[in-house]
Amino acid sequence: METKAFQKIYTKITQITKATCSLNAEGVGYEELASVNGRLAQVVKIQGQNVTLQIFGGTEGIPSNAEVTFYGRPPVIKVSDDLAGRFFNSFGLPIDGGPEVEGDEREIGGPSVNPVRREQPSELIATGIAGIDLNNTLVTGQKIPFFADPDQPFNEVMAMVALRAKADKIILGGMGLTNDDYLYFKNVFDNAGALDRIVSFVNTTEDPPVERLLVPDMALTAAEYFAVDKNENVLVLLTDMTLYADALSIVSNRMDQIPSKDSMPGSLYSDLAKLYEKAVQFPEGGSITIIAVTTLSGGDITHAIPDNTGYITEGQLFLRRDTEIGKVIVDPFRSLSRLKQLVIGKKTREDHPQVMNTAVRLYADAANARTKLENGFDLTDYDERTLKFAKEYSNKLLAIDVNIDTDTMLNTGWELFSDNFTQAEVGIRKEMTDKYWPRKK
Amino acid sequence: MKENNITRGKVTGVIANLVMVDVDGPVSQNEICYINLEGVRLMAEVIKVFEKRAYIQVFESTRGLKVGTDVEFTRGMLEVTLGPGILSRNYDGLQHDLNKMDGVFLKRGDYTAALDDKKKWTFKPLAKKGDQVLAGDWLGEVNENEQPHKIMVPFKFEGKYKVKSVADEGEYTVNDEIAVLTDGKNNEVPVTMVQKWPVKIPIKTYRNKPRPFKLLETGVRTMDTLNPIVEGGTGFIPGPFGSGKTVLQHAISKQAEADIVVVAACGERANEVVEIFAEFPEIDDPRTGRKLMERTTIIANTSNMPVAAREASVYTAMTLSEYYRAMGLKVLLLADSTSRWAQALREMSNRMEELPGPDAFPMDLPAIISNFYSRAGFVYLNNGESGSITFIGTVSPAGGNLKEPVTESTKKAARCFYALSQQRADSKRYPAIDPIDSYSKYIEYPELQDYIKEKISDTWVDNVMLVKNILIRGKEASEQINILGDDGVPISYHVDFWKSEVIDFIILQQDAFDPIDRSCPMPRQKYMLDKVLDVYNTEFEFESFEEVNPYFKRIINELKQMNYSEFESEQFKRHEKELYYIIDEKKSK
Ligand SMILES: Nc1ncnc2c1ncn2[C@@H]1O[C@H](COP(=O)(O)OP(=O)(O)OP(=O)(O)O)[C@@H](O)[C@H]1O
Ligand SMILES: [Mg+2]
Repeated sequence: METKAFQKIYTKITQITKATCSLNAEGVGYEELASVNGRLAQVVKIQGQNVTLQIFGGTEGIPSNAEVTFYGRPPVIKVSDDLAGRFFNSFGLPIDGGPEVEGDEREIGGPSVNPVRREQPSELIATGIAGIDLNNTLVTGQKIPFFADPDQPFNEVMAMVALRAKADKIILGGMGLTNDDYLYFKNVFDNAGALDRIVSFVNTTEDPPVERLLVPDMALTAAEYFAVDKNENVLVLLTDMTLYADALSIVSNRMDQIPSKDSMPGSLYSDLAKLYEKAVQFPEGGSITIIAVTTLSGGDITHAIPDNTGYITEGQLFLRRDTEIGKVIVDPFRSLSRLKQLVIGKKTREDHPQVMNTAVRLYADAANARTKLENGFDLTDYDERTLKFAKEYSNKLLAIDVNIDTDTMLNTGWELFSDNFTQAEVGIRKEMTDKYWPRKK
Repeated sequence: MKENNITRGKVTGVIANLVMVDVDGPVSQNEICYINLEGVRLMAEVIKVFEKRAYIQVFESTRGLKVGTDVEFTRGMLEVTLGPGILSRNYDGLQHDLNKMDGVFLKRGDYTAALDDKKKWTFKPLAKKGDQVLAGDWLGEVNENEQPHKIMVPFKFEGKYKVKSVADEGEYTVNDEIAVLTDGKNNEVPVTMVQKWPVKIPIKTYRNKPRPFKLLETGVRTMDTLNPIVEGGTGFIPGPFGSGKTVLQHAISKQAEADIVVVAACGERANEVVEIFAEFPEIDDPRTGRKLMERTTIIANTSNMPVAAREASVYTAMTLSEYYRAMGLKVLLLADSTSRWAQALREMSNRMEELPGPDAFPMDLPAIISNFYSRAGFVYLNNGESGSITFIGTVSPAGGNLKEPVTESTKKAARCFYALSQQRADSKRYPAIDPIDSYSKYIEYPELQDYIKEKISDTWVDNVMLVKNILIRGKEASEQINILGDDGVPISYHVDFWKSEVIDFIILQQDAFDPIDRSCPMPRQKYMLDKVLDVYNTEFEFESFEEVNPYFKRIINELKQMNYSEFESEQFKRHEKELYYIIDEKKSK
């Protein structure tokens, strides 16, 4: 992003903090871009003559006589079909050695879709993973994060979901990605022969943290281009949104805002919602689906970041290691897809809702039985059966290495019910049991 | 008003949607002004004045705004436009019609009109020449989606007026004159079908506001049976994310026995509003046979829409509700989520560097919340008719912890508390309303108890109290079983526990997505309550505790099948018969 020749150059900085600097300047617009000694910055506050800039690359080494120029416009990205297959940094500059992309300039972080112009999401996204398709069915136009501890294989599961999802474009927004993870994504997409439908915006752990703030908007503006202009189904992967929120708190603390819970800015909810609400189903057929990662610390979902996320997204996928079977499963208790009811039993077989709910209820009974066992009590025959059921359910359906179609998942569910329980214990609507209860040999 | 009397100003500072303006004349708190950003007018509201400087919150993104930009003040506060044609509309938080806006994306400054000024309405006069009238009195009516929509003396009119003339029955647009009134000084004042009213000020044209006393049926068993809300009552639904607040509110909005439903989607997901857009025009209102959308107005300020307008949206919704209440209608107002409104207040208060209260919310949050809830209520109008606003808000407590300012302040203001429990939601016991922590203060009102005696039965209130006891006893029994072990307690503990489970599964739990179970009218609720009490009142005999669980599972299963069957159908009766066979098996002789 080169500066233009006729621009006025300021050289008197009045204040420098860890993420911002201030100076006196005229005719500056709110959210306008600037360059401070070549580092990209954005206007975050104007008070009379005094303008405060957030410097994406951090302020280390910025002198009080740094050269500041203003661009006269907010951050933009150039969009065209040439984005496909390319890797960019937070500013939208190529990091894959290729040329800069030519195309239409679009402001990032633009306006939201008029709610009455949205279509109700109704297209199921099949992943083959029963912990998702059976219990937490995803739908195009949905926004949903993985809640996972840092040691869990969320990036792997996300990449797998992305590749199986049959999206026209996959847009990866990497924030604070380790170099290894970045290369991992690159490899998996490459090996799957999918590189030509992937666009990546990557901020790695080697880059300054505040730069991350641009990544989701870059990714989502590119997504809007493909979904609106090209009517494509676009899947946006955002990992790790916890690191994004951390960067928000760095900036707001530097601006002396009163922090709310967990030192996060009071506007965290609105800040995150503005991004996640870009997920949409358009009437013309295009869609933006967002799958994100929010890492937890010590599984704590009451921390402000996962908590606000949970209030915004349409459910969450919770990964957990099941020690009994030694595999990572999609936790049926804490996971939820809010949009599943738009498709289950409608786009899938009629018995889907009941099989799903019943299995989870029986799994909960097993958890109670396990508590009993841990407290040293005898188990009833029913308890024993729930435990046996839970183990099989975990292995055959919840484990993330499962890859089957939805009918098979439902049939497996019925098998597990009839192997372990009576029809009364299962308590499913009679019409359904009559039709699907496996006949014993 | 002369052009040169208008106060003008220039922008001197911008911090997100807080803008500082130096003004050349008088401005008032909450006055609306427009920023002229390169030809686009951005609406804003004054929230603080300090000497010559006005602090305004802009209802739009301030991207690109510069120091020196012109601002023009309007002298008016934020107002809504009231008149026929509000029903079935989808408005933003400032009452702009979303359907009239161009393009897929919202554009700054695209302010569309709230009402259709071309449409002709069939007006029927109700008042006649010579009548003495007050603000809010009915002059005539038009038919709005088969609802009688009253045309009233504008709420802003103070004192007594005399009707000089009323238009004849005929077709008129909202801006046509339909009456002429004369005031105390004999000045003639023309009246049309439209009037404006500032949203932050309650409409109080009613005669009095007694304690509410009529049950408002919602079709949700755990509410109607256990913790009923009343016409003109207030309630709130706090719960962690994903516990079912929105699903519950949507269920209430579809089923409740109201004439008008106003839904304020306040800082929540756009897809949830889309669900209403998609479903309501299709679903029949069981009471009128017409489509639900015809009695509904939606105020959508979703989470990605401007934050300042989020605050306004709940007031807009409340004012529209008050307008319909003044027509003698039963209005149900739902807001999801009031926490987002409180957060909008917090964002603003932080930007203005005000002294923060608990969790950085503004100090006066409790007062703001209780003032808002107090606008609901059951009223008698000047002509003796009654109208009501029943208000139910959701609260989204941070971390699911109810000890936070919004929940605590709301608890003081609302009379029904429907606490959603994470544990119930996790085990898919929907709706996840905790039957023991939740309460309805109304059930203690003698007025309501009398009403129930007359409309439902003499024993109803006692039965409800009994059910609450059974649930508490069941909980205690289950705790004992967990501590002492299945065989460490008498069999009767297991029976107590399972009797409470019968109530949980059959009365409390209700599948919002099942075509039959989702709505349960009062007669059916009473019928089912009698059934579970039959189970409760039966003495059973068991050989060992191991028999208890499978036996009650069978009972629950039959009762559940009844919930899933058409009321009093063959199928329903078959399961009922089966239920009594099962009861007889273990009944002590
Ligand atoms: N009565 C019900 N019957 C069946 N399922 C339900 C019921 N209530 C809630 N659910 C399930 O729980 C999910 C979450 O419910 P809902 O969206 O109402 O939660 P919420 O409390 O509004 O969450 P948030 O605070 O994040 O908006 C629903 O998508 C649905 O799957
Ligand atoms: Mg909700």
